[in-house]
Amino acid sequence: MKFLKNLGLVLLLVAVLTGWVVMPWYGALAVAALLGLWMLVFRSGAQTRSVAAVGISTLTQRMGSSTVIVVGIAGVVGVLVALLAMAEGYARTQRNAGSLDTAIVLRGASANEVSSSLSREDIVQIEQAPGVARNAKGEAIVSAETVVAANLPVRDSPTGDSGSAQVRGVSEAAFTVRPNARIIEGRTFQPGLREIIVGKGAVRQFDGLKLGATLKLGNQPWTIVGVFASGDAMDSELWADANVVNDTYKRGSGRNSATVKLENAAAIKAFSESLENNPQLKVKASTTLEFFTKQSERMTQILRSIGITVGAIMAVGAVFGALNTMFAAVASRAREIATLRAIGFRGLPVVVAVMLETTLLALIGGVLGGAVAWLLFNGFEASTMSAGAVGKLSFSLAVSPQLLWEGVKWALAIGFIGGLFPAVRAASLPVTTALREA
Amino acid sequence: MKYLHLIWAALFRRKGRTFLTLVSIVTAFLLFGLLDAVRVGFDQAGKSANGAQRLQTGAKLSFIQLLPMSLGARIGQIDGVKDVTFANWFGGAYQKPENAVFSFAVAPNYLDIYPEMLVSAEHRKAFAEVKDGALVGEALAKKFGWKVGDQVPMQSTIFPDRNGSQNWPFKIVGIIKAADKKSGAWYEQMFLLNWKYFDDTTPWNQGQVGWYVTRVKDVSQADRVLKAIDDISANSDHETRTLTEQAAMSSWMRQLADINLIVTSIMGAVFFTLLLLAGNTMMQAVRERTGEIAVLKTLGFSGESVLAMVLAESVLLLLIGGVAGLLLASVIGPAVSAGSGGALNLPAAGLTSWMIGTGLALLFGLLVGALPAARAMRVNITDALAGRA
Repeated sequence: MKFLKNLGLVLLLVAVLTGWVVMPWYGALAVAALLGLWMLVFRSGAQTRSVAAVGISTLTQRMGSSTVIVVGIAGVVGVLVALLAMAEGYARTQRNAGSLDTAIVLRGASANEVSSSLSREDIVQIEQAPGVARNAKGEAIVSAETVVAANLPVRDSPTGDSGSAQVRGVSEAAFTVRPNARIIEGRTFQPGLREIIVGKGAVRQFDGLKLGATLKLGNQPWTIVGVFASGDAMDSELWADANVVNDTYKRGSGRNSATVKLENAAAIKAFSESLENNPQLKVKASTTLEFFTKQSERMTQILRSIGITVGAIMAVGAVFGALNTMFAAVASRAREIATLRAIGFRGLPVVVAVMLETTLLALIGGVLGGAVAWLLFNGFEASTMSAGAVGKLSFSLAVSPQLLWEGVKWALAIGFIGGLFPAVRAASLPVTTALREA
Repeated sequence: MKYLHLIWAALFRRKGRTFLTLVSIVTAFLLFGLLDAVRVGFDQAGKSANGAQRLQTGAKLSFIQLLPMSLGARIGQIDGVKDVTFANWFGGAYQKPENAVFSFAVAPNYLDIYPEMLVSAEHRKAFAEVKDGALVGEALAKKFGWKVGDQVPMQSTIFPDRNGSQNWPFKIVGIIKAADKKSGAWYEQMFLLNWKYFDDTTPWNQGQVGWYVTRVKDVSQADRVLKAIDDISANSDHETRTLTEQAAMSSWMRQLADINLIVTSIMGAVFFTLLLLAGNTMMQAVRERTGEIAVLKTLGFSGESVLAMVLAESVLLLLIGGVAGLLLASVIGPAVSAGSGGALNLPAAGLTSWMIGTGLALLFGLLVGALPAARAMRVNITDALAGRA
């Protein structure tokens, strides 16, 4: 019998948790509203209210054990949110580099820019394809680009490391096809000269990228004439005239990719179809949004699964901490609860009241953990070698409202599991034993 | 020691509570074991006796630039160099670009310099003889179900052949086994092809080399040799940068992520929570035993021995949980590594992890026990027995 009851409880738990995982915030709000209504309108609800009031008002007297629940859950939520914020920040930085009305053209089987190559003739064909936007002079707005890497000294590295930065040789249209990017210091490079502009993120990561400084790429000196910012993946790059970059890197006249401004978002279909049907070309076009989202997908997934694994292991610890505390709380109030039941209180109000108490503590913990993660890590600068590129990508952690809600959901789930078993024990203790023993 | 049974009895006085606390401690140390394995994995990258002898030379400009073939012979003439080999990045993938494979086009003597890779004499001979032959790591072969003799189509995500096609057929002629399964898991993921075949097939390479690997005769000479290699190409249009394998690997790992910082932050949060939780348990345990402690004192136990017993109890609690957690990590880590097909390498906790882990358990035991133990020491016999404490 006891076994069946426990089995039933575990099944209930699984069902509730499954529902909980898929529940959106308004669903949770509706559940809370229903619960509130029940407590206001029904008799058993009123009983719950009074039992819960007693429990909650005595929380401060059990400061130590209440803090265990709050801090335990705050720890889980804090770590979880911080790790997920890393994934979110990474994905956002990549995704922001893309838009629906620009397209990127790569050689057929290439998964990224570095491994792609386009010849001079390819680029002429791409410029003539339908759907490409034109400027006032009637020229196609296309930036044919070379993507290479440069070894630069890493800033503040105790071991004197050098790191890889992505260098992009661009055409004049580079700023037109990337409206996010703008010069924040100095000016842009002059075509044909060994002048280079550096992204804000690259400045942060590498030593010696100052306006006016000289940068040695290979055995050639380049002058840094400007700093640009774009708030996306491009921030980590160095830009210069594509012809000069090709010269330094002995790349001939070929390029890696072409970024194209489309007439409008709908033009992508005609544009990519005409390229694919062109027998002289072996290329593939996609919108930049699609391209950058795909680039970040795998990495984001890995970061997310690390966050969830670590969070899950910590959550197990927190659940047992909560169980421990709530069992102790219920045990210390055994006589009080038994008295209530002796004078006619039902089991359900007792169960719900204990659950409410744990939920409240869990909620405080969840909010606290989320707040700490937000305070410490929102905007925190991080960097990694980015997938599909040849340089370090700097990005900032992003604690979004979505993530905070996710954290609170975890907190409430931990509170639910941690409260359920003690609550049921409280309600099912035989009244006579409880009154005699405690 | 003679009090052990007393301490043990006190610890399991309330089995339920001790069990719940233990589970929390076990999960904390499980997490510690797993994360520390990751950290050690990053730390140890490239740190081996063989690795210390090897120098890697790449283009100073960036890792994607190529070097001239003639450089190899000149490196070979430097005093103190045992042998030189070279390789190119192939950028291979199986079936779809997402299935990337670590694939290098290597010189004929490449395997001589990497004794960590075990290839049977027969397989080596076949690799030298079959033009489009490939040696594949054992784990890689298992992942894709390849056998010796199979014809496998690979894509190069970078290099086309002379007709512009990026599909390269290979014949698998041998299997690479790691000499040391624990530290060499990486070698069982490799796909090696003949550099000659690579260079002949793609019009893009034209006799150039991705990087050179030099083995020095004497490790203490590594620094001198390394400078001599870079001096050869100084002020040319293909300047080089040479690092020991260890330095190259750890620099690469540091570019990936600041693992130390991440692991330390997570463990900080975990252990802080743990201290609070275990501290609360111990406090409860001592509080409800006030009467018993008073009896002990009445029987003649000194305040100090009561203090020591409570401390021992909390240390024991943390040690049991800590050791169980580390053991669990040693089981789960390798299981996860095996399950991931080598993509993740979480070795069982090594000696340092065990030492740090048990050291932490000991320290936390003392910290957690300090307050309750002090309380127990100060228990006043008359008050406690009268039920006033």
